[in-house]
Parts: sequence; C-alpha cells; structure tokens
Amino acid sequence: MILRLAFASLLARALTVGMTVLAIALSVALFLGVEKVRTGARASFADTISGTDLIVGARSGSVQLLLYSVFRIGNATNNVTWQSYQDIAARPEVDWIVPISLGDSHRQFRVMGTTGAFFEHYRYRGGRALEIAQGQGLGDLYDAVIGAEVAAALGYAVGDPIVVSHGLASFTDHGDQPFRVAGIVARTGTPVDRTVIVSLEAIEAIHVDWRSGAQRPGPATPVERIREMDLTPSAVTAALVGTQSRLQVFGLQRWINQYPEEPLLAVLPGVALQELWQIVGVAETALIGVSAMVVVTALLGMMAMIFSSLNERRREMAIWRAMGARPATILGLLVLEAALMAALGAGLGLALLYAGLVIAQPLVDSAFGLWLPIAPPTLREAAVLALVIAAAALTSLLPALRAYRLSLADGMMVRT
Amino acid sequence: MTEPALALEALRFRWPGRGSFGLSVPGFTMAAGERVLLLGESGSGKSTLLSLICGIVTAGSGRVRVGGQDLAALGAGARDRFRAERVGVIFQQFNLLPYASVADNILLPLRFAPERRARAARGEARELCAALALPERVLGSKAGRLSVGQQQRVAVARALIGQPPLIVADEPTSALDAATQDSFLGLMFDRLEATGASLLMVSHDERLGTRFDRVVRLAEIARIEAPA
Repeated sequence: MILRLAFASLLARALTVGMTVLAIALSVALFLGVEKVRTGARASFADTISGTDLIVGARSGSVQLLLYSVFRIGNATNNVTWQSYQDIAARPEVDWIVPISLGDSHRQFRVMGTTGAFFEHYRYRGGRALEIAQGQGLGDLYDAVIGAEVAAALGYAVGDPIVVSHGLASFTDHGDQPFRVAGIVARTGTPVDRTVIVSLEAIEAIHVDWRSGAQRPGPATPVERIREMDLTPSAVTAALVGTQSRLQVFGLQRWINQYPEEPLLAVLPGVALQELWQIVGVAETALIGVSAMVVVTALLGMMAMIFSSLNERRREMAIWRAMGARPATILGLLVLEAALMAALGAGLGLALLYAGLVIAQPLVDSAFGLWLPIAPPTLREAAVLALVIAAAALTSLLPALRAYRLSLADGMMVRT
Repeated sequence: MTEPALALEALRFRWPGRGSFGLSVPGFTMAAGERVLLLGESGSGKSTLLSLICGIVTAGSGRVRVGGQDLAALGAGARDRFRAERVGVIFQQFNLLPYASVADNILLPLRFAPERRARAARGEARELCAALALPERVLGSKAGRLSVGQQQRVAVARALIGQPPLIVADEPTSALDAATQDSFLGLMFDRLEATGASLLMVSHDERLGTRFDRVVRLAEIARIEAPA
C-alpha cells in the first residue's frame, strides 16, 4: 500500500516529477552512453585485428604504426623497402606475411594495395576471416575489392568503375587507369569496411608515370604496356606477420627491430593497443568524470525538488502522522519516492540509451568505424543503475530528515 | 469499573522555541461512549490539545490517559501504534491524501494498526461508505476529486474503520454549509451509535451542542499560557 501511495503521490505531481525523472534519465543515458562508446571503441579496436603476431613498418612509434597500418588513421613517415620485406618473409619463424601499401584514396575512403594473402590471413573479431559478399577477389590488375561501407556510401555494385585519386587529399586522379569493382567484402565492423583494396601491383601500375609524388609530363604510358611491365613494388607501407609459433614472436620482433639494413619497427598488436589505451585513458577518465557529474547534478536537482515540495506537503505529513505513521515512516516515504524517481529515471535512461544506439549505431559505424553493439545491460551497467538509485535514496535523506523533523514539530496542525 | 475514554490530569505543555505558547489543563474526563462537544475559538489551543490527546506531542508534565493507558508511559513508536489502534481522527478539512483512492484513504490507519486491521471486517470500508451515503463507485476514485462534503464523510469512514474506541474530530463541519452539516452529523452519529465509540469533537459552533451528551467550553478546562 505504501508503495502504491508513493507512486500515486508522484503521479499527483506529474509535471515536476516528470521533469526530474527526465533529467535523471538523460544523465543516466549520457553516463551509460559514454560507457558504451568507451567499451565499444575498445572492443571495436581490439576486434579489428586478430591472429596477427606482428605488425612491421618503418621505425616510428608503435601506436602510430598500429593506427596507420590497421586502422588507416594517420600516415606512415617512411616505407619498408621491398628487399627488407623479402628478408623478413624469408625468416624461418614467419608462417605468413601480408604486405600493405597505403597512400592513395577514392573519395573519402583509403585505398590499400595488398596481395591475396590479405584475404587468406587477415582475421578480425576473434578469428573471423573476410568473406566476399558479392563478386570475387582480386583477379585482374585493375580489380578492386571494396568494403561494405564503401559500397553502401557510394552505391557501388560489382562491375562499377572506380578511379583512384593520388594521395589522400588530392585533386589529381589516376583517371587513365580506372579500376573495376570485382567484389564487395561482407560487413566486418572494422576499417576494412571503409577500404578499397587493390593489388600491390596495381598500386605500382597507377604510379608508373609518377616520380617523387608528381606526375611526369608527357603522354601517359598505355595500359597494355603497363600490363607487360614488371610491377614488383620497390617499397610497401607495412606488413602483417604471422609466425610459425607464438614462442617465436619475440625473437622475430627483436630481429626486425635490430635489422641492420634499414630502421624498422615490429610491434605486437595487443601491446600497441595497450599503449593506445594508456594514452586515451586520461581522456576516458575525464569523460566518465564529466558524465558522472551530470548524474550528480540531476540528483541534486531532485533533492531541490523534494525540498521545495516539503512545505506544501506538511498537511499531508500531518495526515500520515494522525493515522499512526511514525516519523520514520514519513522519512521512509520520501526516500522511497526518491528511489522510485531514480528507478524510473534509470529505466527511462536505459530506454533512451538503446533508442539512441539503434539510431546512432549505423551513423557512428560509417562516420568513425566504431561498432557499438546493442546488447543487454552488462553487470557493470546494472551496477551503475543500482548505484544511481542508491545515490538518489541517499541524496533524499537530507529533505527526508527535514520532513521527519517537521512532522515531529507540526503535530496535528501545520505550524508555519 | 469501566475506564474513562479519556482523562487529562494536571496537563502542561509548551511548544518548543522562544515565543511559543503553552497550554495547561488541570483536569478533564470523558466517559466511555460519551459524545462531548468542546467549544473553542480560533487560537484557543484546540489543535494543540488534540495533538496531546493523540500522543503526537507529549506533555511536559501531567498525564493523558486514553482508555486507561497513560500515553507518557509509552515510547514514541508505541504511542504512534497506540494512536493508530485506538483513536480515529477527523480534521476540519484537507482530511485526505488527495492522490490516493478513497479506499486507500479509508484503509490507511489499518496499515499501522494490526489489531484494528484484524477487527475490521472484510468489506467494512464499503459498508461504511454505504452507511455514510457515499456511492460505492467512489471507492476507486481519487479522493481529491470528491466534493468537500463527500471528503468529510470519507474522513469519518476512515476514523471509524476497525472500530477504534475514541474518535477525535477537529471542526469537521466547518467547511460544510448548514444543510450538509446536519446530514453529515446525522450520518456520523448513526455510525457512532452502531460502534459505541466515544467522540470528542472540537468546534466553535454552539448550535451543534444539542446532538452531544455534554458541551464543554475549552476556556473552562484549559488555559493558554502566553509566550515566555
């Protein structure tokens, strides 16, 4: 009965209670949303590469190497010569090696030169292999396999022509050597979805008439002639390496890092990711702190609302007392009302969060490549909600104690 | 010998804080089943006296006995429970929780009084409503939607449910017009007749006196003590 009356009391003040519940709901949705994005980003990053033991590139920072080679964020400061690549590939510890050549783009998407080994060995989300959803893999020199997001955003289908642009923000196209969409990769939730994949030879082919980043003056080399040329690259941007045995990883890493012919860097993807988390950890903490403060603000708003309603509810308290309610019952009633408001706010916040996720999931995926999973609340999220309700009950103790004192002082009449 | 329904002995009380007034009652007794009208003007200490009788506040000295029980001998929690068990209260107006249903309002005191709850017959709320000329459909209505006259009758039903031996009423007719007052009192007295409960009703309207066993002026039994 007390619970029913507490609900009825809240309903009777629907407007102010509604606004308070909404404020709590929005703050809870924000807090959980930040948490979802944080964990989603981590999971998305961690899921992007799986089964690769080492990433090799020119010597720079391990995080930078990870970002440009796997996530297509930022650029390499230098390349790895083909000879070095061959030397690494020839090491007995190496089971497989996939070259990656970056630098060109198509519209807003990166173009990546690689070999068929990429489709064979690249794994994501706990070992899942890439699947060609439509068409086929790289066959002809001018074949391109595009990611699901590229196809969706640009409306491409198998057989459509593609012209690659030189560089990442260039107005110069490799229009003399158009590609053809040979296949579309099934959605992975990784940067592959936003990548145009061509063969390593194709990257060489479109740069036949280019020297030092500029197009050579004069007529372009005919495509037929290019097809007959040796298109072995002189350098690649990075390489993904799988070893025969996990035990050999550190030995191979040391060998590459001490490679005398050119300065190289080999990093373990997991270790580089940990470094990345350490860098972004401060920002994450700040973001969580800010969203927690928003929750605290909403709870303080609720406390102010309860305080302001106390005076007009003194008559009601006198009725409760006259009926035999103890002052502690009055205190408990107000705490119960606060807990109910917080529970309603938490529930509504959760609903807002999931509605927001349904709307934002494809947008965030296409804009940032982050796949925010829509999964039932985790234990941690449930704990957060319980904490919000407990904090609300605790916050309401202040006005509830005042109501307790008022109910003792007022007796059967409201003395003002 | 039957215990008096109410006995006040050398009672002295002062509200806490500077500038608060006090009340003293040398002696007053009400027999079991007696209906007493206590006449008093505004500010004569009526509500304070009722708070003392209900055990919501406790006297600085003297005794309040309800049905022979000295309220000062009970702890705060036991006093609240005793009030819920033994006293039905009717205010002058704004008697009900407006957001709660009529049924919940009537049953509210039973929530705090297990013995009274056990005494209350199933369907008593409905019977009381019928006896007080309240249509059955109002039981599910929000109390705040009823007319003032209906609300006062619901307050009477709430005070009577579970048959507490003492009913305390603080000017229950003050918000009613003359015709409604008469029918309201008629219905209330009919129910009191049926339960045998004692009634202490405070009012400033002397015309109501004919219905009561005894009319007492508050000024005759109590003295207001000016702020210290």
